[in-house]
Amino acid sequence: MDELIEYGPELFSGFTKNLLLSVLIAFFSLAVGTILAAMRVSPTPVLRAAGTTYVNVLRNTPLTLVLAFCYLGLSDTLGLIFSTEVPLTNSFWLAVLGMSAYTAAFVCEALRAGVNTVPMGQAEAARAIGLTFFQSVRLVIFPQAFRAVIAPLGSVLIAMIKNTTVVAAAGYTVDVAAVMRETFDTTGVSIPIFIGIVLAFLAVVLPIGWYTGWLSRRLAVAR
Amino acid sequence: MTDNGDAAPLVQLEHVNKYFGALHVLKDINLTVSRGEVLVVIGPSGGGKSTLCRTINRLETIDDGAIIFDGEPLPEEGRALARLRSEVGMVFQSFNLFAHKSIRENVTLGPTKVRRKARDAADKRAMELLERVGIAAQADKYPAQLSGGQQQRVAIARALAMDPKMILFDEPTSALDPEMVQEVLDVMIGLARDGMTMMVVTHEMGFARRAANRVVFMADGQVVEENTPDEFFTNAQTDRAKDFLSKILTH
Ligand SMILES: Nc1ncnc2c1ncn2[C@@H]1O[C@H](COP(=O)(O)OP(=O)(O)OP(=O)(O)O)[C@@H](O)[C@H]1O
Ligand SMILES: [Mg+2]
Repeated sequence: MDELIEYGPELFSGFTKNLLLSVLIAFFSLAVGTILAAMRVSPTPVLRAAGTTYVNVLRNTPLTLVLAFCYLGLSDTLGLIFSTEVPLTNSFWLAVLGMSAYTAAFVCEALRAGVNTVPMGQAEAARAIGLTFFQSVRLVIFPQAFRAVIAPLGSVLIAMIKNTTVVAAAGYTVDVAAVMRETFDTTGVSIPIFIGIVLAFLAVVLPIGWYTGWLSRRLAVAR
Repeated sequence: MTDNGDAAPLVQLEHVNKYFGALHVLKDINLTVSRGEVLVVIGPSGGGKSTLCRTINRLETIDDGAIIFDGEPLPEEGRALARLRSEVGMVFQSFNLFAHKSIRENVTLGPTKVRRKARDAADKRAMELLERVGIAAQADKYPAQLSGGQQQRVAIARALAMDPKMILFDEPTSALDPEMVQEVLDVMIGLARDGMTMMVVTHEMGFARRAANRVVFMADGQVVEENTPDEFFTNAQTDRAKDFLSKILTH
């Protein structure tokens, strides 16, 4: 228990980094995932193929590999650098990039499942009043699809939040998991520290599950 | 608007053919719809009536032949096609109101997003149209809260909000409980009286007799017979039509 109290501030500071990462990744992955889903349901074969390839590659690659690729491949080898002065800032954004790219594939697939719950007639009615394809997706199909998959999207976000504990693979070594390992190097393995971190994640993740469950019932589209 | 229009028909189908895979669903269809005309399409199930209707706003593409709308061949895709569709209203058998939008929003979506009309003007017009179809009191409800007959009347208001040159109706009353059929037909009869050009797939003989200028009998992908409603119902020329009429008249 003493270790937890002693190292609490550092661990907490690490945890806030996980939270900051989570917020940014949630934003980017929802945006990119939505665009991918629009590509995958579009009538244009090239867009569909590009979307499908992206999703299949990203969804089937281990996350640590995606992050390592961003760190060693994109940044070290290909020279994608977000900050030349502060290496941690660079790896922070590489982690955001890698995890957003990865999570977007899951967002896309959740949303596509939602699109399948929207009856054909909705798209036909949208086209019949003169909406273009992208207007009907944006104004008619996706709003209904989102409502149908709020709970699964919640699960995707929850998985993403937990996944932020592997960002060390992108060189970002100050998140709570990295701080924990460092602490264990000096204190030895500490059960209270484990439990403390688990509780911190539960405190964030459980309400998200509850809230998305509630929201999905509240916003359900009556047919 | 139609000062010089009487001569040229609004819709012209010329040698239209359509296949679903190996199935030949429209066989060399030649048909015109004049401005202000109300055309009823009738015929056995699977005869191609819905497909015919849907080719006119290109919800279905055709494999062969030509469709001329208001003097121009149907655009193939993109903005031009969207514009054409905004000029051709469509009322579906299953209503297809936008389930996540209120009744009022269902009617204003097209005018604000396709026609870029100001929200105030679109709202005002939507209320007038909802008044006309008798649903104004329900404007803030959602489609699932309305009866089928009410939903279909909203669907008609949604089509009217685009000021279409024509409205296509694909069996607008066949998904309705019997007691709601008349309220929808009454709205349609009103439209016909006001001079709207309409193509109506329906088996409602009462509507055909009261509102239609012409009946087209379709079977097996072909136009088998065309006549005035009175002539068609009392004095069908072909065996195919006689046989069909004897079936719908006896049940
Ligand atoms: N999308 C489709 N794919 C394949 N076949 C289709 C499709 N739509 C319709 N068909 C077939 O084409 C034929 C004509 O169908 P259509 O819906 O136009 O007939 P209909 O006259 O409207 O019949 P109903 O009175 O049952 O509505 C039918 O045999 C139908 O099974
Ligand atoms: Mg049909």
